[in-house]
Amino acid sequence: MSILIDKNTKVITQGITGKTGQFHTRMCREYGNGKNCFVAGVNPKKAGEDFEGIPIFGTVADARAKTGATVSVIYVPPPFAAAAIDEAVDAGLDLVICITEGIPVRDMIRTRAKMKGKKTLLLGPNCPGAITPDEIKIGIMPGHIHRKGNIGIVSRSGTLTYEAVGQVTALGLGQSSAVGIGGDPVNGLKHIDIMKMFNDDPGTEAVIMIGEIGGGDEETAARWVKDNMKKPVVGFIAGVTAPPGKRMGHAGAIISGGKGTAQEKLAVMEACGIKVTRNPAEMGKLLKSVL
Amino acid sequence: MNIHEYQGKELFRRFGVPTSKGIPAFTVDEAVDAAKKLGGSVWVVKAQIHAGGRGKGGGVKVARSIDEVRDWAKKILGMQLVTHQTGPEGKQVKRLLIEEGAAIEKEYYAALVIDRAQQEVVLMASSEGGVNIEEVAEHTPEKIHKVAIDPAKGLTDTEAEDVARKAGIPDKLVAQARDLFKALYKVFDELDASLVEVNPLITTKDGKVVALDAKINFDSNALFRHDDVVAMRDLDEEDPAEVEASKFDLSYIQLDGDIGCLVNGAGLAMATMDTIKLYGGNPANFLDVGGGATAEKVTEAFKIMLKNPKLAAILVNIFGGIMKCDVIAEGVVTAARQVALKVPLVVRLEGTNVDLGKKILADSGLPIISASNMGEAAEKVVAAAKGK
Repeated sequence: MSILIDKNTKVITQGITGKTGQFHTRMCREYGNGKNCFVAGVNPKKAGEDFEGIPIFGTVADARAKTGATVSVIYVPPPFAAAAIDEAVDAGLDLVICITEGIPVRDMIRTRAKMKGKKTLLLGPNCPGAITPDEIKIGIMPGHIHRKGNIGIVSRSGTLTYEAVGQVTALGLGQSSAVGIGGDPVNGLKHIDIMKMFNDDPGTEAVIMIGEIGGGDEETAARWVKDNMKKPVVGFIAGVTAPPGKRMGHAGAIISGGKGTAQEKLAVMEACGIKVTRNPAEMGKLLKSVL
Repeated sequence: MNIHEYQGKELFRRFGVPTSKGIPAFTVDEAVDAAKKLGGSVWVVKAQIHAGGRGKGGGVKVARSIDEVRDWAKKILGMQLVTHQTGPEGKQVKRLLIEEGAAIEKEYYAALVIDRAQQEVVLMASSEGGVNIEEVAEHTPEKIHKVAIDPAKGLTDTEAEDVARKAGIPDKLVAQARDLFKALYKVFDELDASLVEVNPLITTKDGKVVALDAKINFDSNALFRHDDVVAMRDLDEEDPAEVEASKFDLSYIQLDGDIGCLVNGAGLAMATMDTIKLYGGNPANFLDVGGGATAEKVTEAFKIMLKNPKLAAILVNIFGGIMKCDVIAEGVVTAARQVALKVPLVVRLEGTNVDLGKKILADSGLPIISASNMGEAAEKVVAAAKGK
């Protein structure tokens, strides 16, 4: 089992004709059941054409109507990416995965306000995407490090997700799904949302939750875990050594006004019964110890 | 991106936020001319650096004659101004703002910030102005009044008036405060700010509401649509290594340790620093080379790290996904040769084409210490930095 996506998911790629979109569409199509999953692309100027056999439509709504796809992935450049999310939401998709990094916060605030009351879920932006091993990969993560299993992984960081996946796989375990929620301050699904899905997924036995400095989403998730989670959760927070007031690569990774420190998050997680490690090389080991 | 107070006030005036009159000055003579041009009998000489707490640090002085303006300008220009935000070494003052003195009735606080949890822009105001707002938030949070702004409607009259009243603005000045708040929101929204802060916002003895300070931070992701804001960037206020790195699209932050790190991905880069610390070392920098690093980018990253005189060792930590380990290995070897690397280099590679990458490092003949996981890599680099 898995969360969010599986081998039967049908995907529309927004920004399929750009360099990034082309590259990752090829990689995703080669992974698992990708050949049957990636059914449409969108580019208003190239409607009627195709990308290596994948039909291109002028709008998301059209792509959805013609193919029955319910999920989209976005590689559109930052100035136009929020509008691409809006279009997918208006087309009534179930899930939009936005890979694009560098979207202005102002655009995202408007997009999030418009999404209120709509059914569409948003993953990202500025995220690696989501993967259900052996079935489907939507995003930019390296497929070959994954292995089918029953560990859920959720993280704000791409490469730290890979690090956790790699450690889990090396220990002979595998992942139910691995989900990157992205490094931006204003985003869609948060740790708590993914945690709820893993909790409800019979295919997930335990979860690795990876966070980083900035905001209070890890604390919110930790409090929810304390009261509701039926499965063991282990965690790591990046940025114990990060100086305050500096944006550490990710737009959302910043300690402001003394808030959002790694120490604070780790303390709350521990108080909520989540086992944490200060050593990112030992996330897998810690996870194995709670199984 | 941050700007100076005088630049912030220029933007305030452009959007109709009332500010005190002032003129920037880069020399003592310019400061004196500015005071003469402003007229009046009281002036304020204000150091312009990108840090708060300037008054407490001795960078803001009241002058009651032109001679005093000259004296303060002489003392402040060129001084190393130390505040709670500059670090112990302080920042050299290279610009001044000369302002007309204001007859202050009372000081307030106003700001627009992004509430990440609610995903909204929030207007905040308080009767506690001119002091550290973080302390107010900590000890007397009930004195901070907030309203979340609907982006479709903008800040409404009712919302702005309500916040002004709650913050204790006298009834007869509420309309002025409302207009000021609405103009501040326009600054925030139209210029893609991430923070607009006025501390203090004042009421004057002659019944005006005025922004006596202006702090604006901008969303770096939105600078592509604000050339006028980018033109206000002051490179003197930024770390030279960070400026250099930004030219090559590298995300770099200088720290005070002695172990350089080169990593792909922001989260892994932070985690690498944390691991170094955990094993008893101190990171010299944060450096994310991104997902598409080339040999050229890696070389530039090495050059920037090596400009740090404290540097005692380097750790390269790559989890190759899209970025292939052999490409990174080639880059590391090229860079190490080109810069004639003198400090120990520890490399940990994982992911796509890892065996090929390790072979390239081994065959290079360079004294590269390899590690198979993050923990081992950190342990080895800490030992190497200590000369063991």
